[in-house]
Amino acid sequence: MSRFTDHAGRPLVAVTGIGIVTPLGIGAADNWAALTAGRSGIRRITRFPTDHLRTTIAGTVELPGEDTGAMTSSQRVARYATLVAEEALAQAGFGPGNFPGPLMLGMPPVETEWPYRLRLAARAAPAAPLYPALIEAAAKWDEMYELAAFAGIGEKLAERFGTRGAPIAISTACATGGSAIQLGVEAIRRGEAEAALAIGADGTVQPEALIRFSLLSALSTRNDDPAKAARPFEKSRDGFVMSEGAACLVLESLEHARARGAKVLGLIRGCGEKSDSFHRTRSNPSGEAIIRAMRNAIADAGLEPEAIGYVNAHGTSTPENDKMETLGLRAVFGEGAPPISSNKSMLGHTLSAAGAIEAAFSLLTIRDQLLPPTINHEEPDPAITLDVVPNVARAAKVAHVLSNSFGFGGQNVCLVISGETS
Amino acid sequence: MAANDIWITGIGLVSSAGEGRAAHLAAMTATAPAALDAASFAPFAIHPGPALELDRQIPKKGDQRQMEPWQRLGTYAAGLAIDDAGARDLVAEMDLIVAAGGGERDIALDDQVLAALTPLPPAEAAVKLNEMLAGGLRPTLFLAQLSNLLAGNISVVHGVTGASRTFMGEEQAGADAVRIAAARLAEGSSRIALVGGAYSAARWDMLLLYHAGGLLRHETQGAPWAPVFSRDDAPGAVTGTQAAFLVLETEAGARARGAKGLARLGAIATGQARRTPADPGHEAMAQAFRRIAPRLGAGRLPVISGCSGAAAATVLEREVLGGLYQPLAVRATGSRIGWGAEATFPANVALAALCLSAGVFPAPMEALEAPLDGAPADILVTGFAAWRGEAMAHLAAIPAEAQP
Repeated sequence: MSRFTDHAGRPLVAVTGIGIVTPLGIGAADNWAALTAGRSGIRRITRFPTDHLRTTIAGTVELPGEDTGAMTSSQRVARYATLVAEEALAQAGFGPGNFPGPLMLGMPPVETEWPYRLRLAARAAPAAPLYPALIEAAAKWDEMYELAAFAGIGEKLAERFGTRGAPIAISTACATGGSAIQLGVEAIRRGEAEAALAIGADGTVQPEALIRFSLLSALSTRNDDPAKAARPFEKSRDGFVMSEGAACLVLESLEHARARGAKVLGLIRGCGEKSDSFHRTRSNPSGEAIIRAMRNAIADAGLEPEAIGYVNAHGTSTPENDKMETLGLRAVFGEGAPPISSNKSMLGHTLSAAGAIEAAFSLLTIRDQLLPPTINHEEPDPAITLDVVPNVARAAKVAHVLSNSFGFGGQNVCLVISGETS
Repeated sequence: MAANDIWITGIGLVSSAGEGRAAHLAAMTATAPAALDAASFAPFAIHPGPALELDRQIPKKGDQRQMEPWQRLGTYAAGLAIDDAGARDLVAEMDLIVAAGGGERDIALDDQVLAALTPLPPAEAAVKLNEMLAGGLRPTLFLAQLSNLLAGNISVVHGVTGASRTFMGEEQAGADAVRIAAARLAEGSSRIALVGGAYSAARWDMLLLYHAGGLLRHETQGAPWAPVFSRDDAPGAVTGTQAAFLVLETEAGARARGAKGLARLGAIATGQARRTPADPGHEAMAQAFRRIAPRLGAGRLPVISGCSGAAAATVLEREVLGGLYQPLAVRATGSRIGWGAEATFPANVALAALCLSAGVFPAPMEALEAPLDGAPADILVTGFAAWRGEAMAHLAAIPAEAQP
């Protein structure tokens, strides 16, 4: 084990650049300030009318001089991903257009959305707007294809940032951002590349997506007081709040980072995953899969559970997730469970971006030795006995953070994130 | 650290040719496409899938109801692959990498909504959209639409619960899924993996996407069907319902449990050129071939091609293959079972493995497909995607004396 390799003889993977965009702001600095101040990014939806909707609140990213509400999900994903990659690459000191590794892009599935359907219908008129006529009207509309094809966003980003090889677009539902980072870590550990650009991005706050989640009874309907709607681990929690944003981590082998004199912001020490076969949207009541995912990540990092000083929880604010996550944490950590908190209490659930955003905040937690709070903690849930860092950020000594991401479809990914000198 | 050798120990194939090894061997020796439906989605012909006895692989009706045809097709083929490999007792720690598109939309609801919205001013249309979707969407449809829920259903139905990743990106996703599954086995992160994808061709929503990209053969310009290298009249893909899953194992792992291999999976390379004059896409695949070439025998090289028939990609593939300075025997599976987006590359790896294990190679279907004498020892699988992405894989036969 050299200073550049881990307990298993694999290259240590450093983070040398971070970019964050969320409803709390643009850039890692503003986001971290808002998060540690306990500010909520959840608002009433103004992007589209909310008539006939059970949920009328969400987190939406606002960009100066740009109308994010006029964009399709695909355009928002591409825009947010571009912003966070630019920020992360600038911090890491990589010049434009020539990044020495692959792009691992965590993103939601995209498709032809209603604004384009309506434009197709107009093109097809006077024919009735049925699929055969729409298809004829769509002929060779490259712009629409590239927005709705799954390879479209990655292709644009790969061209802009000069990443190597074929970009990979990954989806593991709410664990997507964690999976993107894991893919990058694995590529570096295998020696396929010295670096990888890992991004998690989402921009799904649009009517059809909101209705789909709403019909699954997954969303909070606490519309009257948007900032109070996301209340992970609290007794009256009633669902998650849809949100959006992106984060990018520049990953590179520690050796490569040192050789070029880059500032190391932290290490991704361990990745663990375990999928669940119990149910499409609920985890096994035994918690087995999420327990294994956490243990796999800690073991992959070559650590024991006692070394984890803080858990960046998945903490969605659904009754089910937060109960199961508590059960899982108790199983892994026992009575000595470290403090945990949920960034989603302020951000809402940024879906495909969440794993990446929360990994980025985990790195800043270690840098500043400061735990972001779980806000809206008014009445404790007697079933949740963990220290959730209620309402106010707290100074703490933290060398290693466990960041949890649990997805619909039973796909669970956990990361162990560590300080540079750990 | 020596990389593990990788065997393909099971394949699960469903296409217009039917399901399983025998149906696909028969299709490979035929000289016409397996089945064609030129009427249902005119002016686009499709290769329809076979009727599946879903109960055989998805025994619970409740599970079947949670899916639409695309997820059912993939979940079914995944089960075929697990059975083919005799690997039912290994699913708990089996890696799962799925190349996925999106699931079915509610076509009837889409038509109703659009008919109601088009006469309205934009502000009223937006409110009407909410009303109709909130009242009309089936709650379970969302799960059937989510790309990662094909993997989720494979976990639920077949109990595959190792690593689970879903790659998105049309053909390229299929190629990278195989590449990364193999890389994890080679480095010892896992000993067995299930990798593949599915495509349901009987879908207006997918035809909308691919026709926008200019990727489909359009009947009004030519006959409904021609072999892929003979589509100058109307270049483009004829889509085919297909699903393909591969069980990949380390050779040591396969031997330890006495599992025979269909073929050895060698190098896999993927790339993504911009396909512009500055970055036309020849170099990465030529480089990939140069790494594979020293392992190949002399003589005519058998190639299983994923050529879609789409104009630019077909030219690119012909130029790259033409520059290999080796006589080739190319067979395009697009002429036999159609083009299946994410499923294409895994299907072609499965078909190549099947050919190697049976000692056969498809009969030529057009002038460009040169005859091949004798059983293939190596097969090159190509994946020049219709829009973006290039891939190449090398498979080698496993001699009988080397089998466990």
